[in-house]
Amino acid sequence: MRGIQSALEPAGAQAEQIARLWDVFLITATVVWLLVMLFTIAALLRRRPEIVPNATSPRVRNAVVAATGLTVLTLFALLTASIFTTRGIASVPDRAIQIAVTGKQWWWHVEYDDRDKSKRFTTANELTIPVGVPVTVHLRSADVIHSFWVPSLHGKRDMIPGKPPSTFTFQADKPGVYRGQCAEFCGYQHANMAFWVTALPWPEYARWVEASRQPSRIPSTHTQRKGQEVFMNSPCPLCHTIQGTPANGKTGPDLTHFASRRSIAAGTFPNRRGFLAGWILDAQHMKPGSQMPSITLDQGDLEPLIAYLESLK
Amino acid sequence: MSEGVSEHGAHVGEAKPLEDHLIKEETTHSPYALPGDAELHEELDKTWSPAKGPFRWFMQIDHHILGKRFIVTAFVWFGLGGILAALMRLQLSRPDNTFLSADQYNQIFTMHGVTMMFLFAVPIMEAVAVYMIPLLCGSRALAFPRLTAYSYYMFLFGGILLYVAFFLNTGPDTGWFTYPPLANPEFAPGKRVDIWAQLVNFTEISAIAVAIELIVTILKQRAPGMSVNRIPLYVWSMLITSFMIVFAMPAVMTSSLYLASDRLVGTHFFNPAEGGDPLLWQHLFWFFGHPEVYIIFIPALGMVSQIVTAFCRRPVFGYTAMVLSQVATGFIGFGLWVHHMFATGIPQLGSSYFTAASMLIAIPSGIQIFCWIATIWMGKPIYKPPFLFVLGFIAIFVLGGLTGVMLASIPLDLQVHDTMFVVAHLHYVLIGGAVFPLFGVLYYWFPKITGRMQNDTAGYVSFALMFIGFNLTFFPMHKLGLIGMTRRIYTYHPETGWGPLNSLASIGAAVLGLGVIVYILNGLISWKKGAIAGANPFDGPTLEWATSSPPPHYNFIHMPVVSGHEPLWHAPEHAPVVTGLSTKDKEVLITRTFDAEPDHRYTYPKPTPWPFLAAVSTGIMFVGTIFTPWAFAIGLPIAAVVVICWFWPTTPEKEGEATEEKSVSEREAVA
Amino acid sequence: MTPQRRAGFSPPIHGRGGLKPALRLALVALVLLSCEREERRFREMPSAAGRRNAERLVSLVPGPVTPDVKVDNPYGYNAYAISEGKRLFTWYNCQGCHANGGGGMGPPLMDERWRYGSDPEQIFATIMEGRPNGMPSFQRKIPEYQAWQLVAYVQSLSGNVPKDAAGGRQDNMQVRKQEQALPDLEPEREPAPVQ
Repeated sequence: MRGIQSALEPAGAQAEQIARLWDVFLITATVVWLLVMLFTIAALLRRRPEIVPNATSPRVRNAVVAATGLTVLTLFALLTASIFTTRGIASVPDRAIQIAVTGKQWWWHVEYDDRDKSKRFTTANELTIPVGVPVTVHLRSADVIHSFWVPSLHGKRDMIPGKPPSTFTFQADKPGVYRGQCAEFCGYQHANMAFWVTALPWPEYARWVEASRQPSRIPSTHTQRKGQEVFMNSPCPLCHTIQGTPANGKTGPDLTHFASRRSIAAGTFPNRRGFLAGWILDAQHMKPGSQMPSITLDQGDLEPLIAYLESLK
Repeated sequence: MSEGVSEHGAHVGEAKPLEDHLIKEETTHSPYALPGDAELHEELDKTWSPAKGPFRWFMQIDHHILGKRFIVTAFVWFGLGGILAALMRLQLSRPDNTFLSADQYNQIFTMHGVTMMFLFAVPIMEAVAVYMIPLLCGSRALAFPRLTAYSYYMFLFGGILLYVAFFLNTGPDTGWFTYPPLANPEFAPGKRVDIWAQLVNFTEISAIAVAIELIVTILKQRAPGMSVNRIPLYVWSMLITSFMIVFAMPAVMTSSLYLASDRLVGTHFFNPAEGGDPLLWQHLFWFFGHPEVYIIFIPALGMVSQIVTAFCRRPVFGYTAMVLSQVATGFIGFGLWVHHMFATGIPQLGSSYFTAASMLIAIPSGIQIFCWIATIWMGKPIYKPPFLFVLGFIAIFVLGGLTGVMLASIPLDLQVHDTMFVVAHLHYVLIGGAVFPLFGVLYYWFPKITGRMQNDTAGYVSFALMFIGFNLTFFPMHKLGLIGMTRRIYTYHPETGWGPLNSLASIGAAVLGLGVIVYILNGLISWKKGAIAGANPFDGPTLEWATSSPPPHYNFIHMPVVSGHEPLWHAPEHAPVVTGLSTKDKEVLITRTFDAEPDHRYTYPKPTPWPFLAAVSTGIMFVGTIFTPWAFAIGLPIAAVVVICWFWPTTPEKEGEATEEKSVSEREAVA
Repeated sequence: MTPQRRAGFSPPIHGRGGLKPALRLALVALVLLSCEREERRFREMPSAAGRRNAERLVSLVPGPVTPDVKVDNPYGYNAYAISEGKRLFTWYNCQGCHANGGGGMGPPLMDERWRYGSDPEQIFATIMEGRPNGMPSFQRKIPEYQAWQLVAYVQSLSGNVPKDAAGGRQDNMQVRKQEQALPDLEPEREPAPVQ
């Protein structure tokens, strides 16, 4: 997982520009710091024939003036580079994939937009995008200020409640999986509010979109059917939606294609049955303060429920 | 011999080694002494004596006593804030650590920020000034001594409120900047954030009060002859800082008032559904928050100048440039606040102005660094601990300032905002830029305040531990921020790869903590057992060294007349003084603002318990406001009554009256 | 010669250490109150969450009259729980019938009239069991500890929780005064008989 949440390993056009600006600033800052240290050490070590307490030296004064002038020029150059990059990363393309992301405590509600309403679909905590195609995210918050940040692809943008959606555009230039994290302190579980961005080549992306638009798979085994029954009889449908079933809760993440996700609880745990069982039975132990309650299930209901959830590919 | 003070203005030659000036008995002849001083000392000592009696702790108004209390109290909060930091580093030293829960960690990092920013950083700078500014200005007292007492008690009560609340599980937990909507009543139940809002009232009232006292003292109570172009650089820095405090603090008091009102009374300042705006908070808070860091930093610049002068044996190069740079920093500092909000989606063009301003402010700071290097170049460095702390400051602060220029750039900020990179930057500029100079200057002024010398070996050891520990702790955080580690997270997964650098940082924190402990122990032990210091053990040039260590309560028997910014290095053996101030009343010489010509005399009050009572009544009012708005309505008239009693006029011969302009005699000292 | 005199000063901690007994007592009281209000208990052990007494809906009993044992709401004084109750009130669509406490299809919750009793365990029973005339039963649909949080919130709507634990204003449109400002309403003592 190293390097997939790193501003120093850009995988997209915007992050690439920022990384190049970073190189400029880093080299300049290093040179400046070394020069200052050099002169300080030289000042400490130089041989002094005599000190003249109130002496002014035109040479020293000129050196100070020259250093100041050099500082001004350097800062001006850095300012110019910065402004050019600011404009570069903010350019808006003609066509882009539109995704609405709403930050909630402590997960991400993701809606893929389309002019054709029937083609829209909802998921949670993961984005899948095509390689080389611009993606515009429309950022909102449902409660407190969150911040959407995928360092490999772009800088961050705050999601502020009560404001119109904040939009910015990025794109991935390499296929891969990148990790993002909420970057504005948002309460107890701010540390565990991450998300995944998967960049796929266009054909695979198109297939993924088609699959996501479908309603949930019908359970095929007896255990899965029992699990669906357990799901419907438990508190689950009060908060979660599974397209194609009566479960229509709007306050929790959409579970229609839950089994295709990499993680549970916004990047907190891998999507494996052990973690899933713990999450259902005792979410408050695994992510204390999160809004998933700990659910009491009858003996023998857990296994079918997990089987059902694992079938929701 | 011991009268080496007179050699420095007049002769070209090798500086005397400092050891000659470390005298065990009082044999220094102050250039401002006159025959007959012994009786005057007796009378003045009686007139200016601090309060006596069983309630004397509540009645003191002497700036030495209050200054020491301020310093000690601020260091107590510093120690507590440091322990909180140690807890944070322990929790983050390993991935998936369970030492602290999420809720505990959130309270602890909030408390660390609140303690360091509100209870330590600004108050310690003010505390040192409360003690030293009258001495540096050649005055008998700090202006408005009862107000100084009031501000000390407010500061103390605010800190006690915060920590009592913290130990009762009611410490604020939404960050030191308390952003709504997270701090709104819907998302922050209970009284935790209300404690924060009231703490701000306590500390900001205290800060503004001290700022006003400093401004008046510096402008109106300087030694005759100390015209504006002869004011020591540290005094300039405190003047500028005080003006900044007066303009910046009201912004945070306004924002905390709005937040307290939202939570207590149900207003909608930060409720978007009813016309409020979370961004209003950010603007108000950062309009205070950015100048706040310069309020912390500019006094340190002045402290560095004092140390560099004394330990390079020559005045700082480029006095005018230094003063103007500090003034420029103070002004520009008010125009930077939006750089904390670059990620909020505000328009590019406006943000770019703030990028430019944030880079612009590097220029005056740079000029100061160049002037100090020039001073070292042309002087003769003496490697005592204060000077080492200044060298540490140069290395660390310049690095911090450069990462600041990086953060000023919007694209870079969009990547590293709210990551450990910012944590690294802010600690580089605050610890390197403020704490190192503070520790250096406290070492330098320790003999003056306590009358004893600190142990040099312990000084060197503490510097080394602090320098190494600091860099080990915070340098890796730059990298951590760039590889994706956000701030304010109580844990992280091992797969992120952030573990090794975090472990390194935690080890560094232990080393840094050890260095701080050594420094503080050095101070505490030397206070009781250090070598007795003379009046001027480091051969400093400014007026505080012209009186005994520690100074008498009245500071100077006669008012020194100065003719340069290093008075003791220029003063002849018997320097001119102004005499004639009363020894029966607490008279202070008030001088004109620009040229410091003697203007009139003012009588200062005797010790009184009213400031303490006023602080108690306003304190109760603020604490009550945490629970009910009626506390404000009832508490305010009560506080008003107390303040009226405080200012109740007395008969002309007693306190608080300006005497008519009597002529004061200015005579050459009798040879 | 300038005389050397050590300036006297009070030791730094003189007078700050001892607290008067009254203050100590007040602090202890504060400890007990404050700890409970600010506790963030994210999960309850099932036995604690399921604490219930068999409450009665009628006052007629065989044998001697025994008083009801009041079960205190475990969250009655806890600010976090009341705030969670407020969130759940919206999430579980209590607003659909009770609006924001003023009632609609369902009775108002902000007044002093409690059809099925105002004691915490009676409110809990109302939520879990459901009631005739339209109150659904949330048994097994919501965890019991969340029901207790809802009970605490409902109590706060009529001012029956301490003001400092009650909630502040919502980040929504203003629909009523915040709970801290709602008047304390003494509930009618006799619950109406079940119809």
